[in-house]
Amino acid sequence: MKYQVQENCLTIFLPREVDHHHAEEIRKNADMVIEKNHIKYVIFDFERTEFMDSSGIGAIMGRYRLIRLVDGEVWAVHTSMRIKKILTLSGVTRIMQIYEEEQR
Amino acid sequence: MRDTNEMEVIFDSRSENEGFARVAVAAFLTQLNPTVEEVSDVKTAVSEAVTNSIIHGYEGDIRKISIRCRIRENTLIVRIRDEGCGMENVEQAMLPMFTTKPDLDRSGMGFAFMEAFMDRIEVESEPGVGTTVTMEKTIGKGRNIWTTQSI
Repeated sequence: MKYQVQENCLTIFLPREVDHHHAEEIRKNADMVIEKNHIKYVIFDFERTEFMDSSGIGAIMGRYRLIRLVDGEVWAVHTSMRIKKILTLSGVTRIMQIYEEEQR
Repeated sequence: MRDTNEMEVIFDSRSENEGFARVAVAAFLTQLNPTVEEVSDVKTAVSEAVTNSIIHGYEGDIRKISIRCRIRENTLIVRIRDEGCGMENVEQAMLPMFTTKPDLDRSGMGFAFMEAFMDRIEVESEPGVGTTVTMEKTIGKGRNIWTTQSI
């Protein structure tokens, strides 16, 4: 898992394909990092992501469940139209904000 | 029969094969000239069904999953079958947010995604025998085909 920690904020750079196979790795590693660094905010960076299914939704919900305990938040950045559709359809946008970049 | 084409793949129920399975179906689908959106829809649906077979059907055991695809005119019919533990209550399993494995971060959205992205889905399951998911999607619905007229 590619990630970056800045104070209490964890950015997870998601892989090209976020399916069950790749979500497992994120699940295992992210919780360790969250606990060790007292993370409150988790940012999912979809820059490289071309494919996601419901396993990705499960991975987001799982991390949310964990940081909710410390009043934390989950965010999504660099979302394509397809990723936005999947996020909206799943209802996960009720707990996660999508950060929209300014048009250049 | 004219205007039909079939393929079948059988592979081990390893999570590494999820990517292979959806790409194989997507590659077969290209002959119908689908849009990027339609390819993504089919890939997501196939991924959901295969993941279900791996996690719930075989519960991590390595056994065989088969995918049979058929193209009839401009419709793709894909059947994904496992010989795993099956389900007692298919209707309950298909409810959005229902999952038997919340501890494994399952969202319970698998069947909801299959229903959202395909035109039709049929699930047959018998405890101890296995599960077969059959899905259909017509490609190019609502797209007009324009032909230039020779003068």
